[in-house]
Amino acid sequence: MSQSVRIILLYSLMFAALVAVGFAQSWPLALAILNMCLISGIMALGVNIQWGYAGLFNVGIMGFAALGGVAAVLVSEPIRGEAWSVGGLGLVASFLSILAAAVAVGWVRKHLPQRGRGLITVLLLIAGYAAARQFFGPAVGAIEALDPTIYGNIGGAGLPVIFSWLVGGLFAGGAAFLISRIALGLRSDYLAIATLGISEIVLAVLKNEDWLARGVKNVSGLDSPVPSAIELQASDWFISFAADIGMTTIEASTVFVRGSYTLLFVIVLALLMWLTERALHSPWGRMMRAIRDNRDAAEAMGKDVVARHRQVFILGSAVVGIAGAMLVTMDGLFTPGTYNPLRYTFLIWVMVIVGGSGNNWGAVLGGFLIWFTWTQAENWGPQAMEFVTSGMAGDSALRLHLMDNAPHMRLMIMGLVLLITLRFFPKGLIPEQIRR
Amino acid sequence: MIDILNAIVLFSNFVLIPGMAYGAQLALGALGVTLIYAVLRFSNFAHGDLMAFGTAATILFTWWLQSMGVNLGVLPTALLALPVGIAAAVAMSLVMDKAVYSFYRAKRSASVVFVISSVGVMFVLNGLTRLLIGPDDQRFADGERFVIRARDFKDMTGLDEGLALRTTQVITVVVAILVVIALFRFLNHSRMGKAMRAYSDNEDLALLSGIDPKKVVFWTWVIAAGLATVAGVLYGLDKSFKPFTYFQLLLPIFAAAIVGGIGNPVGAIAGGFVIAFSEVTVTYAYKKFLGYIVPGWEPDGLMQLLSTDYKFAVSFVILVVVLLVRPTGLFRGKVV
Repeated sequence: MSQSVRIILLYSLMFAALVAVGFAQSWPLALAILNMCLISGIMALGVNIQWGYAGLFNVGIMGFAALGGVAAVLVSEPIRGEAWSVGGLGLVASFLSILAAAVAVGWVRKHLPQRGRGLITVLLLIAGYAAARQFFGPAVGAIEALDPTIYGNIGGAGLPVIFSWLVGGLFAGGAAFLISRIALGLRSDYLAIATLGISEIVLAVLKNEDWLARGVKNVSGLDSPVPSAIELQASDWFISFAADIGMTTIEASTVFVRGSYTLLFVIVLALLMWLTERALHSPWGRMMRAIRDNRDAAEAMGKDVVARHRQVFILGSAVVGIAGAMLVTMDGLFTPGTYNPLRYTFLIWVMVIVGGSGNNWGAVLGGFLIWFTWTQAENWGPQAMEFVTSGMAGDSALRLHLMDNAPHMRLMIMGLVLLITLRFFPKGLIPEQIRR
Repeated sequence: MIDILNAIVLFSNFVLIPGMAYGAQLALGALGVTLIYAVLRFSNFAHGDLMAFGTAATILFTWWLQSMGVNLGVLPTALLALPVGIAAAVAMSLVMDKAVYSFYRAKRSASVVFVISSVGVMFVLNGLTRLLIGPDDQRFADGERFVIRARDFKDMTGLDEGLALRTTQVITVVVAILVVIALFRFLNHSRMGKAMRAYSDNEDLALLSGIDPKKVVFWTWVIAAGLATVAGVLYGLDKSFKPFTYFQLLLPIFAAAIVGGIGNPVGAIAGGFVIAFSEVTVTYAYKKFLGYIVPGWEPDGLMQLLSTDYKFAVSFVILVVVLLVRPTGLFRGKVV
């Protein structure tokens, strides 16, 4: 079976499964799953850029997705002048103190003799931190005291939320740049652990820095790039339109809103797909594969391996950041407490491995398939348990306990899917195609 | 003079003793990670969930013992159930090795393939643990809670500050010392331990000299799973058991192993204590302590360097500094 037939066939099957959900359950649900599939596909694409093109093992995807999410808040929330006037100066001052300390450290490391500069570095860092704390505390206190029930944060830039997709990419790419300065060039396991740490720290900051995006108090009611369902339900043309297609107004408006998101997401995915495919089949893509397959040989040919790795690490993380911003935009709320590494990091990895690492079409298909399975498997666990325990008495403690915890079965299912794919189909559903 | 004593007692109560206990737990965890790394040559991402699995099995058996009316008096019943938990974790590890890792070992796959498959194992263990015991917090410590109560200490010494010493903290340190002594005796003096070290240093030479790789792998999993369960049960006794917390322990444990020099058992122990004490000292609020040391000075803030929510950042920063300054770790580890 040729590659393109395989791609068309598998995507058609996936599409048929989604349509089946539409007929069997409901169209709003099918669209909701499809939208999440699209976002998962984009995240998987980002990871595939890092893993499939360059063999970088990044387990901090959750952090990059969350950075994209916070971009949605910071771009679309209204400008809050009063918060900036009470605390803006302090925030800027503390930022400048950190910057000054960093610059001073850079100068010391460059110009002073090796002896004793370690001590001076440490002292400078402590001084910078102390100065920043001096400004930071009062400023944050003042900002958080303003309307704490609704705001208590610095607000945003008051721009349309759709810009945040770009900004989210920039945030995630910026963070990836900082990490790449530290952890790239080291062994693969160390990069994994460094990214795992970064993602936990990003989440800790987002949960605890209430002045930024309200922390665990969450931000809801974000600006939406598509018409809201309530607006639609109130407009006359839409009511008659819904009647024409034979749906209730409420169902039709949900379908309309979700369908608009689907359209937007498809545009983004298509654009990214086009770019990544172009990159993969360019001389640059050939160079990346050469580095991945034989790093030493590529280095001997004069390729700057670390610089290329850095490039691809930043690009892939930026794609994940874009997907993170899209996710928060669609939900209309930002809830740092719900980011969980199993769901936002390791599940994405399952998608890439199952779909086919090194092949963009495969990674995106993996995103679709695994997300679809993940949502459906929520019901499989309890159903399977129901079957297993059907011989037991209805109120037996063991049966109740097993039924209670059955939804966690899907973690196990995902683990098994990953292990089985890795062992028996290591190339994934749509294998990488080697072009000469 | 009294103020200085008060300051010392305060510091011991909130930094020294908790740091010792936490350090011992991290050291045991890091020893497991480092052993797997040294012998099987990959970073085992499933280690945190292996800890959770072994601990869950121990807790279930503890509950059964308690329901049968068996207990250890002043000591927690969980110590009696520990061998059962260890057996469960060892069995699970051996099954996973047979089903997953042995295939890649035979193929001599790249280490990153092992790491990714350990992520798969992590998912499976995670799901299994939650199925067994649920995702919620469980407390299973029983017996006498304190060796010294804060109030008794105050009455005894007449100081203003109390020193509380929990039974679990003493048990943690004692058990950790015993386990570490046993482990080092095994590694340095037994035939199998020497074979393991030889295998870790140079696989081909070890095979040439007639060491059975299957036995080496078997004993590595037995020891790693045993260490993981002991570390998990001690942590659970000291704090509480929650599957997700154990997954998150992965970061400080890896940090400890790498800081000490991954693949080096002495390094893992040192690294555990370095990470634990850094976390505790950096997130401790020094207000009262400084009040005793510098009489008449009342600091405005809490004098806390970092809020406890950022304790992950501490292990991470230490990790980064070590990677930048001395990539092989404090004690020279191996870098494959």
